[in-house]
Amino acid sequence: MLIRPATEIPSSEITDERVYVRRREFLQACGLAAVGLAASPIAVNAQAAARPRKLENVARGPFGTTEALTPYENVATYNNFYEFGTDKSSPAMTAGSLKTRPWTVKVDGECDRPADYDIDDFIKPHTLEERVYRMRCVEGWSMVIPWVGIPLGDVLKRFEPTSRAKFVEFTTLRDTRQMPGQRSSVLDWPYVEGLRLDEAMHPLTILAVGLYGAVLPNQNGAPLRLVVPWKYGFKGIKSIVRIRFVDRQPVGAWERQSSSEYGFYSNVNPQVDHPRWSQASERRLGEFFKRKTLMFNGYGDQVAGMYAGMDLRKNF
Amino acid sequence: MSSARLIRFVLKPAVCAASLGPLGVLVFGAFTGGLGANPIEAITHGTGDWTLRFLLLTLAVTPLRTLTRWNPLVRFRRMFGLFAFFYASLHLLTYVWLDKFFSWREIARDIPRRPFITMGFLAFVVLVPLAATSTAGMIRRMGGRAWRRLHRLVYLSAIAGVVHYWWLVKADVSRPRLYAMALAVLLGSRLFVAYRKAGGVTSPVRPRASISATR
Repeated sequence: MLIRPATEIPSSEITDERVYVRRREFLQACGLAAVGLAASPIAVNAQAAARPRKLENVARGPFGTTEALTPYENVATYNNFYEFGTDKSSPAMTAGSLKTRPWTVKVDGECDRPADYDIDDFIKPHTLEERVYRMRCVEGWSMVIPWVGIPLGDVLKRFEPTSRAKFVEFTTLRDTRQMPGQRSSVLDWPYVEGLRLDEAMHPLTILAVGLYGAVLPNQNGAPLRLVVPWKYGFKGIKSIVRIRFVDRQPVGAWERQSSSEYGFYSNVNPQVDHPRWSQASERRLGEFFKRKTLMFNGYGDQVAGMYAGMDLRKNF
Repeated sequence: MSSARLIRFVLKPAVCAASLGPLGVLVFGAFTGGLGANPIEAITHGTGDWTLRFLLLTLAVTPLRTLTRWNPLVRFRRMFGLFAFFYASLHLLTYVWLDKFFSWREIARDIPRRPFITMGFLAFVVLVPLAATSTAGMIRRMGGRAWRRLHRLVYLSAIAGVVHYWWLVKADVSRPRLYAMALAVLLGSRLFVAYRKAGGVTSPVRPRASISATR
């Protein structure tokens, strides 16, 4: 009996895995496109005009989620960026005073290639990736944000950290003319944040340069901000001007402000309350009911190993 | 039109309508997307802010009346106080419904455990008997002295309300500080008047007795 080989499927017929994995979004996008065609083109243009320049050559990155994205308007108008005022609506209105070009990022500390980099040279060697991440704020609300960024680990390797490098410390610009909120002393300026080296090298950790496929709006931390999706949002330091490899655990701006409330790790943890409020649940913007907050913001499979054996109540 | 009729039929309804304005803004915003990315937070903050504002307004009536010598001002005091209670009730309802979704167990745990919620709850609870005894009939039944003594609880409510706000902010206390300063002026003016009435004597007993006489 003749056994025929199975008919070969021409490669053009195979659904690209990336498309397959995101098939729901693909269908959603088709639906949205249909709605979009029906909608007035004027409205579409007005929306496009409000957004910054589109970024070219953005690849789809890993770790995506199929959860509904928080609308761009909300991501870009609801910001905790005290350098531009303590109201969440004020950064969107006042961050225009920040000049993101030219911009220099200083890399120094325990590494073999310290240097001052122009922001564009800093980003150029890397492929921009879209990463759709949940963001959980320590205040109890959350978003789902399609960032565009580069893996921090790839960036840090270029500077060849030495064996003494145990932590990475990040610093925001300090300039009261560009950042009027720094005239008030709500925090000890400039804003500082830090990660353990293994956290910084983790493939989930990125430096974001964009949002929704376009250049990062100033109020979201342009031109360069940290995104660490399993930690509370305030760890995501904005408008970075300095990256320093250090051998001692850095003290972040919020930790300095109130060390009993904001710890170095600040991993999202529904079991460890903020001293003043519960962290067990969160309000996803746009939703009426609250959601249960997930351990490590739902990234436990990827990151829990880094904290094995640690008392997370003590190391909050 | 006599001034009594002007107050009763024009000024009071106008002030009442204006006092409902903040609620109107919140309701309108909730249905038109005008409350921003986190409407429930906007409602929580809005109702809380207006509770404090109406409490301060209520406490401002007596000093303003003394300063302006325009006695009819006192006829607005009850309305302001009741609006404070009204916005406080909405604020509490927002917490119980939109934040805790009627999970009484969680609420019962929150109130003693979270100091800012303890304070907010105290500020509200204290207002309940004041609202309940706000009618002319209740004043008559209780007698002016007892009624005035009871209604001094409004000071406690206002202090607890401002502390509640102060304790909940993350870092920027500039706004709670404004409320605290306004409250300090309003309470301070009462101490000052009491001190003067007592003839400048700093005895701890006599000024206290005379506070009620000045209200």
